Amino acid sequence: MADMTVSEIRKLITRHKRWDLVFAMIGLFALMIGVLTFVALFTGMAMDGAHRLSWDFFTNFPSRRPEQAGILSAWIGSTLVMLVTACTAVPLGVAGAVYLEEYAPKNWVTDIIEINVTNLAGVPSIIYGLLALGLFVYQFGFGQSILSAGLTLALLILPIVIVATREAIRSIPGIIREGAYAVGATKWQTTADHILPYSLPGILTGVIIGMARAIGETAPIITIGALTFIAFLPPAPFAGDPAAGPFDWLFAPFTVMPIQMFNWTSRPEAAFHQNAAAAGLVLVVMTLSMNALAIYIRYRLRKNIKW
Amino acid sequence: MSKITDGAQANLVLKAESRNLSFHYSTFHALKGINMPIYEKKVTALIGPSGCGKSTYLRCFNRMHDLYPGNRYEGEIRLHPDNTNLLNPQVDPIEVRMRISMVFQKPNPFPKSIYENVAYGLRVRGVRGVATLDEKVEQALRGAALWDEVKDRLDQLAFNLSGGQQQRLCIARALATEPEILLFDEPTSALDPIATASIEELIADLKDKVTILIVTHNMQQAARVSDFTAYMYLGEMIEFDATDTIFIKPKNKATEDYITGRFG
Repeated sequence: MADMTVSEIRKLITRHKRWDLVFAMIGLFALMIGVLTFVALFTGMAMDGAHRLSWDFFTNFPSRRPEQAGILSAWIGSTLVMLVTACTAVPLGVAGAVYLEEYAPKNWVTDIIEINVTNLAGVPSIIYGLLALGLFVYQFGFGQSILSAGLTLALLILPIVIVATREAIRSIPGIIREGAYAVGATKWQTTADHILPYSLPGILTGVIIGMARAIGETAPIITIGALTFIAFLPPAPFAGDPAAGPFDWLFAPFTVMPIQMFNWTSRPEAAFHQNAAAAGLVLVVMTLSMNALAIYIRYRLRKNIKW
Repeated sequence: MSKITDGAQANLVLKAESRNLSFHYSTFHALKGINMPIYEKKVTALIGPSGCGKSTYLRCFNRMHDLYPGNRYEGEIRLHPDNTNLLNPQVDPIEVRMRISMVFQKPNPFPKSIYENVAYGLRVRGVRGVATLDEKVEQALRGAALWDEVKDRLDQLAFNLSGGQQQRLCIARALATEPEILLFDEPTSALDPIATASIEELIADLKDKVTILIVTHNMQQAARVSDFTAYMYLGEMIEFDATDTIFIKPKNKATEDYITGRFG
């Protein structure tokens, strides 16, 4: 360094620092492509559809007259399908992940299972649709129902739930686990009293992110045969005459938000396109609020856990 | 090797002893034929350079190694008075851990309340009565010299305590189940000197009630708190004797070199 003068060093630093600026610009540009595209899409949708958002829009069935059409059957369908999905994917995914992390012997069989679970997350969703059509709709005879759709989406997000749960379990320090075993806890006591409660924030985050993905899925739902136009609701438990059974709604035909949107987009009239935009707005808000909920839950539950 | 030089043998009751204990981490032979007595209601310290196997040896006593695949024990650890071989595969490691508690290197309280941390061992044993739990939790916290500091905030999170308090909480957790032996794995290595002093004082008090086996990297600590000291090196027990003897006139040259700081 002795052969450089102070002014030479300063010039060198200035030259090198130019690259900081160049990279910062490139990075900002790359980031903006994603962010601005979404903002533009969302704004466009809001401009097209916002005026259609009214109480009636949520309480009306679809109709041939665009100004009377609503998303009642779609949002109820989406909600019920999500309910089935959550009730299936959460216990299966969490149990599977706990088994893999805490119980399974570490050998080549579990290695293969691990790799497969990770890969399942990348299988195109239409493949799940085809599987479900053969298995749930025909083989098990569930028909083109809320149950079939919920189970299909549950399969779809199962890898997400498993991976998130495993990550959450792995983030628990080994010394906490050893602490539980050291006082004489069994595997199940350790799992139920420590592993599950401490990994709950991570599990919930994974579940909600999975659900946010599932709620927008269209392809597998179309594959198993959701209706595109439906003007009645699934039977509420114990309602009507003769009274519906508590689980009759599971076997009812249904539609979901993205399919309703798809249906409206494919109509020629511009008024239906506005309906589609309004439904899209509702769907995006549903997804974003699920993500917000995930962030909030993680923040709240993580406050008590410091490691 | 396990003979004690001076006449202090009188009044000593054998609580446990390892007989020709060897241990393997998969392919690594970590402990080589260790014979050593553990005397009842005495503090026995394990010293030696890093990697000598002292923690590995300690963790044999509550079968901690069973949690990880590929580990293998040979030889015996006999626990008296019932003469159970703790390493016998037929003996459930959970049974062993119910009799022998452990305090770890870093304080590891559960992210639960102070009360629940201490009560956990009792809950695992199926203790349900609130009055019994309350009484035993208080007893354990008093035993760990923590009661006065936390009695008004038992429902607060354990993480809100200082490092030294957390470690005493972990000691209370280990004491609550009235163990026969208490294992300490370098319990002060993550603590400041003041917290260290309080833990050492506590260990001195505890030996009236419980047999203690402590791993320490700090020779002064071994000299201060223990009645017996074992020097280990490369997985072997080099010398075991009364602490005074080890520190004043060790029989083995290697021990002397380590103690006097010429090595290690």
